[in-house]
Amino acid sequence: MAVGTDTLKRTPLFDRHVAAGAKLVPFAGWEMPVQYTGIKPEHLAVRERVGIFDVSHMGEIETTGPDAEAFLQRILSNDVTKIAEHGAQYSVLTNEQGGVLDDLFTYRLDRDRFLTVTNASNHEKDLNWFLKHAQGFDVTIHDRLHDYAMLAVQGPEARALVAELADGELPKRFRTTTLTVAGAPGVLVCGTGYTGEDGVELLVAPQHATKIWDAVVAAGATPAGLGARDTLRLEVCFHLYGNDLMESRGPLEAGLGWCVKTDTGFIGAEAIANSTPTEKLVPFVITGPGIARQGNPVIGGGVVTSGTLSPSLDRGIGMAYVPLEKSEPGTPIEIDVRGRTRTAEVRAKPLYSKEN
Amino acid sequence: MAEASYPDDLKYHPEHDWARVEGDTATLGITWYAQDQLGEVVFFDPPDVGTEITKDNPYAEVESVKAVSDVIAPLSGEIIEVNETLKDSPEQINEDSYGEGWLVKIKLSDPSEIDQLMDATSYEESLS
Repeated sequence: MAVGTDTLKRTPLFDRHVAAGAKLVPFAGWEMPVQYTGIKPEHLAVRERVGIFDVSHMGEIETTGPDAEAFLQRILSNDVTKIAEHGAQYSVLTNEQGGVLDDLFTYRLDRDRFLTVTNASNHEKDLNWFLKHAQGFDVTIHDRLHDYAMLAVQGPEARALVAELADGELPKRFRTTTLTVAGAPGVLVCGTGYTGEDGVELLVAPQHATKIWDAVVAAGATPAGLGARDTLRLEVCFHLYGNDLMESRGPLEAGLGWCVKTDTGFIGAEAIANSTPTEKLVPFVITGPGIARQGNPVIGGGVVTSGTLSPSLDRGIGMAYVPLEKSEPGTPIEIDVRGRTRTAEVRAKPLYSKEN
Repeated sequence: MAEASYPDDLKYHPEHDWARVEGDTATLGITWYAQDQLGEVVFFDPPDVGTEITKDNPYAEVESVKAVSDVIAPLSGEIIEVNETLKDSPEQINEDSYGEGWLVKIKLSDPSEIDQLMDATSYEESLS
């Protein structure tokens, strides 16, 4: 669908992106920076030092009330009762057929208060799903999309940088704390990210976003765009909804069985428990020249769902759904890249790690 | 190349390709604007020497980290040389798009097509 740029939403940091010379592109209804100086240098800055991403297009849904835990247990695939206060958990939202509606991080802010971060393209769908299934539960569902800007500070130096700007101790991995950061009060600091590096994500009132952005950049973080965010996540095999996850496929074939607890009885659990996927999502590296892209067929069955050049490995990488018999690491596969056969090899996750 | 430039001695195609015509041969490449839009070029897959290419049709692909783009032939002819150094250093397409970043050389099959291309001034105006 073509969207005129005048209908696109802008984050509170839009002027900062323009001033930094960002290339802005439409993304899920938002006008977002895809890169500033270049995907490669931004990618490598995050791997080697620290980068900052504006991910304010991400949505937020808050669930409050005495039944908040029971309600989320009903719709989310993971065991929500295992989230401690100030903890975080990854899960998928599935429909009755077990198809993936979204993948989400949920933070438990208090015993009866949860914040779920949605993908921008799915926010409305998710919100409607939450509202539709809230009947019968003593909960209130709050659309918090416009109440938060979201910044991700990622890289081996990210924590030290943010710690210097914060008035308290940063949360550990998969934990969250409310702190004042760079003079901005009430920042929800989360020990999560989408890059495979250490770091934090900051959920902040929109009017304070520029204050934090400026302070983090002044302290030496490299502004990084959605292009680098995509190459970073793909190197560590994190799923991207719309590429690797979709309603027509279930979480098991996507390799997300670890966050699917069918005994909790969530919507879709039964269908998933009874499903027998014939394909599996696997990471691959291109062994010769070329770069496979989303939609390229795997010869003999299967399809590439994400593909790029890995700036860290300097070769084509990606993820593809392949028949089960081809899903073992080490299996050679061939990919039809616009009419040319490219050779690849199935690998174990992640495709990149510090030890490589 | 940080600064936009469109040399006067080249001919330009609206799909952001340039041609440097010398007698009945031409060297082809992509313009500063094209490489800037693409971002860092990470892969160039040249066609084989001997391939016939046709004006206004794709003859090769350049890939940036994020995307793949067709390269459109500004003129028709037979490929007589490809820039082999781009296999190892595709970033030359960004760094020196009119020099070391040339893509192919062709023997023109219809030199009259040259008249259909733009000069630098017209091309630059078409970008604004």
